[in-house]
Amino acid sequence: MITELLSNEEVAAIVLFGIGFTMLLFQKNLIKKLIGMNIMDSGVFLFLASMGYIGGRKAPIVTDGIAEAENYINPLPAGLVLTGIVVSVSVTAVMLSLTIRLYRRFHTLDLDNVYELLKQKAEEK
Amino acid sequence: MDFIRNFPLFMIILSLFSGALCFMLPRKASFVYTVCFECLLTAMAAALLVFTSQTGSSFTYTMGEFPAPWGNEIRAGITESVFALGFVFILLCSVTGGYRYLNGDTDPTKVNLFFALVNLLTAALLSLVFTNDIFTGYVFLEILTLASCGTVVVREIGKTTLAAIRYMILNLLGSGLFLLGVVLLYDITGNLLMEPMHGVITEIVSESGVIPSLSIAVAILTIGLSIKSGLFPFHYWMPDTYGFSTPSAAAILSSLTSKGYIFLLIKIYCRVIGLDTLRQMPVCDVLLSLGLLGIAVGSVQAMHTNNINTMIAFSSAAQIGYIFAGIGLCTEDGMIAALFHILAHAMTKSMLFITVPRLSEAAGGAKVFRDLQGSGIRDKDAGVAFAIGAFSMIGIPIFAGFASKLLFGIAAIDSGSNFKLTMIMLALAVSSMLNAIYFIRTLIRIFTPAGDTGLMEHPRHHAGFLIPVALLTAVNLFLGLFSGVVTELITRGLAMFP
Repeated sequence: MITELLSNEEVAAIVLFGIGFTMLLFQKNLIKKLIGMNIMDSGVFLFLASMGYIGGRKAPIVTDGIAEAENYINPLPAGLVLTGIVVSVSVTAVMLSLTIRLYRRFHTLDLDNVYELLKQKAEEK
Repeated sequence: MDFIRNFPLFMIILSLFSGALCFMLPRKASFVYTVCFECLLTAMAAALLVFTSQTGSSFTYTMGEFPAPWGNEIRAGITESVFALGFVFILLCSVTGGYRYLNGDTDPTKVNLFFALVNLLTAALLSLVFTNDIFTGYVFLEILTLASCGTVVVREIGKTTLAAIRYMILNLLGSGLFLLGVVLLYDITGNLLMEPMHGVITEIVSESGVIPSLSIAVAILTIGLSIKSGLFPFHYWMPDTYGFSTPSAAAILSSLTSKGYIFLLIKIYCRVIGLDTLRQMPVCDVLLSLGLLGIAVGSVQAMHTNNINTMIAFSSAAQIGYIFAGIGLCTEDGMIAALFHILAHAMTKSMLFITVPRLSEAAGGAKVFRDLQGSGIRDKDAGVAFAIGAFSMIGIPIFAGFASKLLFGIAAIDSGSNFKLTMIMLALAVSSMLNAIYFIRTLIRIFTPAGDTGLMEHPRHHAGFLIPVALLTAVNLFLGLFSGVVTELITRGLAMFP
């Protein structure tokens, strides 16, 4: 039933978004959280790309002198995906650098362990 | 005068450029440069406000001369100018007021990086205020998040790293949802500029009512932005993030970053969805209930804490609840009250965040209430500033907090629903009472003589503290006494929104 509303790619995109979102929310390990974030973003990008695709048309690059827009797919979603990828890469870079800083200080990637370490420190004081 | 039409773009581009410049400047020079630059931005925003309110119209600035459905646009009307002015002014005061602590909190060689981040944050904030393109909104939303996170980790202790990671994870969840909402809206309307989107949505709604996919898109987008701005139940990152970061960063985060997201949400509601369509969606009632719950929970948590920074952070959560309750009414009065409260709360909170470190300094670095006794007497400047901020938060007449509570009351009466009226009035009453309890308790504590503690008096006056606090107090009183002027500007601005 759901395939009547959405194409296969869009269903896959929403499933990917769900997987990534839950990983980002529930995984304890920071690296796994970041992987989840990237899966979530990829889901959105797949959704965008499949939205811009129109069956039977070509990539929006002028070939053989055909200039009519009817022959090409919508190029805007592709532009949005590119912008989105740039944003996603920079966010990942910042998060990875924070992760490195956290690991150097606490020698663990598990956020629960970090809380416990901080609690122990407070009690020692 | 037509030259002023370029100001919105200039403000954004110059802020980006300043961000790059501050990476290269030495420590002191980057501070002086940032302060001068923020003064310039304030003047530009003021000129823009005068221009738009005199001509009484808004204007769009087409980037690269591509006309409407294709190009990217910046739009400036009265509301945008008021908020650009308010945001830049608060930024100026927060940066100046917290500078003294920055040197102690960070590695001295990295102070200029903080100012680089502040300038990038300004650019992102101004873009959120001015943009007319919803995807540009998303891009600058992420830049704002990254820059804010950077200002938190500038103070290099383990706790800020942890706080920044928690902050980022919640914000990333929010951004992901916001992006999905934007993409769904694009799927429905086929446009990214706000006016054409609004046109298509009105057409769809008049033909086939509020279709489920539209409601879902709006709901996803709303959840994303409310996670990012810290609406209950997503507010638990606030105490750590605000409490451990350097005072300037705490002031900027609580009074500007979260407010920038809310301003974008209001803009999308008024300009893309339209209030009439919005009223038919369930998202309004959800926002109203979460807002009211946030008011109650935030106030109770603020009352139960033992730490002055945590108290102020939780009180922020309660104030965010007010704003969302106003938005949840989905009426024009509700939006006006929410917008006014954004300004009122931002002015007050930034003042409290740059005052508290001085109080705790006067108490020998303590942050727990018991040890703060008498700190308001030892450092009278900070004591008086805290009292003014506290009075405004409680909502005592002549201060800004009173005017916004009055506006919420009026909006609730005009909402036309007795149940909503009762709930909002109840929340206003309970929260004002709780606010009064925990702020007056703190005031009594800091103004009670502590006896002989061996701590030094603080006779010195710091211009870097007094000037921003005096400016913020003046604006606070202006908002309280002449709230009519500001609400009239906002009303006129909202009228030209669609």
